[in-house]
Amino acid sequence: MIRRLSPAGLLGLLILAFWVAMAVFGAAVAPHAAGRIVDMEVFLPVSADYPLGTDYLGRDMLSRVLHGTRYTVGVALGAALIASGSGLMLGMCAAVWGGMVDGAISRALDTLISIPSKMFALVVVAAFGSSVPVLILMAGIIYTPGAYRIARSLAVSVNAQDFVTVARARGEGTLYLVRAEILPNIIGPVLADFGLRFVYIVLLLAGMSFLGLGVQPPNADWGSLVRENMAGLHEAAPAVLMPAFAIASLTIGVNLAIDVLGGGRREGDGH
Amino acid sequence: MSAPLLEVRNLEVRARNAAGQEVPIVRDASFTLAKGEVLALIGESGSGKTTIALALLGYAKPGCRIAGGSIRLGETDVLGLSKSALRDFRGRRVSYVAQSAAASFNPSLTIMAQVTEMAMLHGIGSAAEAEKRAIALFRALALPDPTRIGARYPHQVSGGQLQRLMAAMALIAEPELVVLDEPTTALDVTTQIEVLRAFKQVVKGSGVSAVYVSHDLAVVAQMADRILVLRNGEMQEIGPTGEILAAPKHPYTQSLLAAAAPTPRGAAAAPEAPPLLEVRGLTAGYGRIDAQGNPTLPVLRDIDFTIRRGSSLGVIGESGSGKSTLARVIAGLLPAARGEVMLDGAALPPALARRTPAQLRRIQLVFQSADTALNPRASVASILGRPIEFFHGVKGAARDARVKRLLDLVQLPASVADRQPGALSGGQKQRVNLARALAAEPDLILCDEVTSALDTVVGAAILDLMDGLRRELGLSTMFISHDLHTVRSVCDEVMVLYAGERVEAGSRRAIQEAPWHPYTNLLISSVPELRQGWLERRGSVRGPEAAAGARPACAFFARCGLAMPGLCDVTPPPRRTLAKAAEILCHRDEAALMQASIPAGP
Repeated sequence: MIRRLSPAGLLGLLILAFWVAMAVFGAAVAPHAAGRIVDMEVFLPVSADYPLGTDYLGRDMLSRVLHGTRYTVGVALGAALIASGSGLMLGMCAAVWGGMVDGAISRALDTLISIPSKMFALVVVAAFGSSVPVLILMAGIIYTPGAYRIARSLAVSVNAQDFVTVARARGEGTLYLVRAEILPNIIGPVLADFGLRFVYIVLLLAGMSFLGLGVQPPNADWGSLVRENMAGLHEAAPAVLMPAFAIASLTIGVNLAIDVLGGGRREGDGH
Repeated sequence: MSAPLLEVRNLEVRARNAAGQEVPIVRDASFTLAKGEVLALIGESGSGKTTIALALLGYAKPGCRIAGGSIRLGETDVLGLSKSALRDFRGRRVSYVAQSAAASFNPSLTIMAQVTEMAMLHGIGSAAEAEKRAIALFRALALPDPTRIGARYPHQVSGGQLQRLMAAMALIAEPELVVLDEPTTALDVTTQIEVLRAFKQVVKGSGVSAVYVSHDLAVVAQMADRILVLRNGEMQEIGPTGEILAAPKHPYTQSLLAAAAPTPRGAAAAPEAPPLLEVRGLTAGYGRIDAQGNPTLPVLRDIDFTIRRGSSLGVIGESGSGKSTLARVIAGLLPAARGEVMLDGAALPPALARRTPAQLRRIQLVFQSADTALNPRASVASILGRPIEFFHGVKGAARDARVKRLLDLVQLPASVADRQPGALSGGQKQRVNLARALAAEPDLILCDEVTSALDTVVGAAILDLMDGLRRELGLSTMFISHDLHTVRSVCDEVMVLYAGERVEAGSRRAIQEAPWHPYTNLLISSVPELRQGWLERRGSVRGPEAAAGARPACAFFARCGLAMPGLCDVTPPPRRTLAKAAEILCHRDEAALMQASIPAGP
């Protein structure tokens, strides 16, 4: 599959790999601690000492972004796993069981989808306060119905095929039907959808943090970095641009990588 | 003879294979076609017949390339045409009728809009003129209600009608050549006959030349003036239809002819073995089941039959007759509303979930299309290994050994085990499909149209294999098909279903002798025979569309040539036992049926 990678796909995978590595090792490779004030000058431009300048308190921006990667990528990854995982399981079960169960799951998740996601997030944070586990769970729940819909419609069409009928006539249980017969045939599009959920969640979390409801100080994800440095906007300080640029590069990178996944699968499906 | 309309010389088409090499799939094809002539291209799948047919439109499938030779239509060099010239050329001078009309119509546009589209696209006359011409074509194609059928949508007409409408679409721009690609393969025999008749009439009437692609020699015998036999992309033999049928020179043509006239297999009569499966008063369908045990949409009504150990029952009927539903009910996928299914004298629970693994093991299903019946993401080893593990608890090396033995049993090399279904041919896939059913070591195999997706020769090989296995392993089979030939050649007993009712049941010998139930008679007389002129002599057939509307007491009433109004449509037909030891469901007595079975004189 690697041989057939397009340049854009390769770029996407590289960007993604870079950010995932930073999420794991960012704190170790960052030149300074996240909260340390390194210079009395605030909103310094790009320089050899501070490659991304300094922020509104004179902290090293590069270190701030690298420390923030863990929150942005980690929370989004956790939430996307919850959303896609539960959506996939529920979708496949709904397809296999059908009838009343399918109706009940579908309507319950339709109810959830009818609440605007930002509003739901605000209510949850207002009720439970903002902490990393709450954020992960909240974003995971918000994006479950979308993942469910995709997984269910894919699973329903596979479920109608004769090889699933044969397995069912053999007396196979739900777990086997889902794991061996349905999942391998829908995993390609589901993975592509997972990437998409990840991007949505990154943007939702950035939005929440920008409103001050996301990751709380002294920790900071990229969204809160943008917010705290808003004052530097009229000075064209890199401190406000760089976290925004990091968000953009992550979402673009994931999108390019998704195309590789989807496309690679499709090519493999030939005939 | 004047200059031919179409001249193909040394045509070569190449395709890229999985390894990225270009290989020729059609080599050195040369033939001519005179004006008004019909040429048939015949061969198995992979013989290159469709590839040649498409090349006549200057088209090659994605991944293929017309690599050499020339095609001339009149004065035009087809392969030399530019892209825009090809757009003008296609549809206007050569048109194409595809196998599946249902897939070729846009479901959200009216039929008239789609039929006249070609004429409008090529700017031939006004919309009103095009519609007038379309209506004339509908009439020539013997479509019902020709003035109003155009206002309907594709789902509102039957499959046979849609196929004829497709021909109208192809002929609207008055092309010089029309390419028909297996246009009746997907149809029931009773529907096929009217479609063939309509095609033939229109082709003869308009003087258009035609290339008819098919794998069915009997159909081709009715349609074509000349036959071109293809194999693996090479021409084997070309000649006038009469000569090819009467005295084929090439051994391959001889083998095709031999496969078209199947030899009987298996024992002549069912041995006096104990009954394995007994079905009594079976009624099944979809929707809510009322207090009397009748579902809202009944598909099967009051079906009785017995399958003896080691024997084979054939179930025939046209699409919608409930034959596939019967297999689903016996397998437990669709619980019966009423009646009972007994295996070895013990009643089977109607629903799958209540059957024991041992009961499930003893009945296995084999589906028609091996493409959808095998998980495309699983290897052959795991497809066959799972039922072994599931039913017999055999794991590891012992399981692999059994998989190997199964592959051997269905005459596949052991190397197939590591491959996925996508890497197998149609015949190989069907063998794996069969092997999976055998893996459970069942007593009864339900075969749903197992050969209808295969070529004649490959299908015959599968039937031979099944017959051998049946005798070797003492299996019983229920063989569902719409093809009378197949059923007659493999089954000891035959049951004919019409609209969910068992209209006739008897031994194989009985089904070959008159008298028959009027529907059986219709089925038997609708199978094209391998001689020219059969279609002309065959009388008109009332196809399934005649039976639309409310259901009379005898479901066959509207299509029956012997129907007695006032009796047949009011009183349900009684069950009658004929002298040939077959049971039928009909008001007419044996003498009247016998008289109707004798073909009308010349």
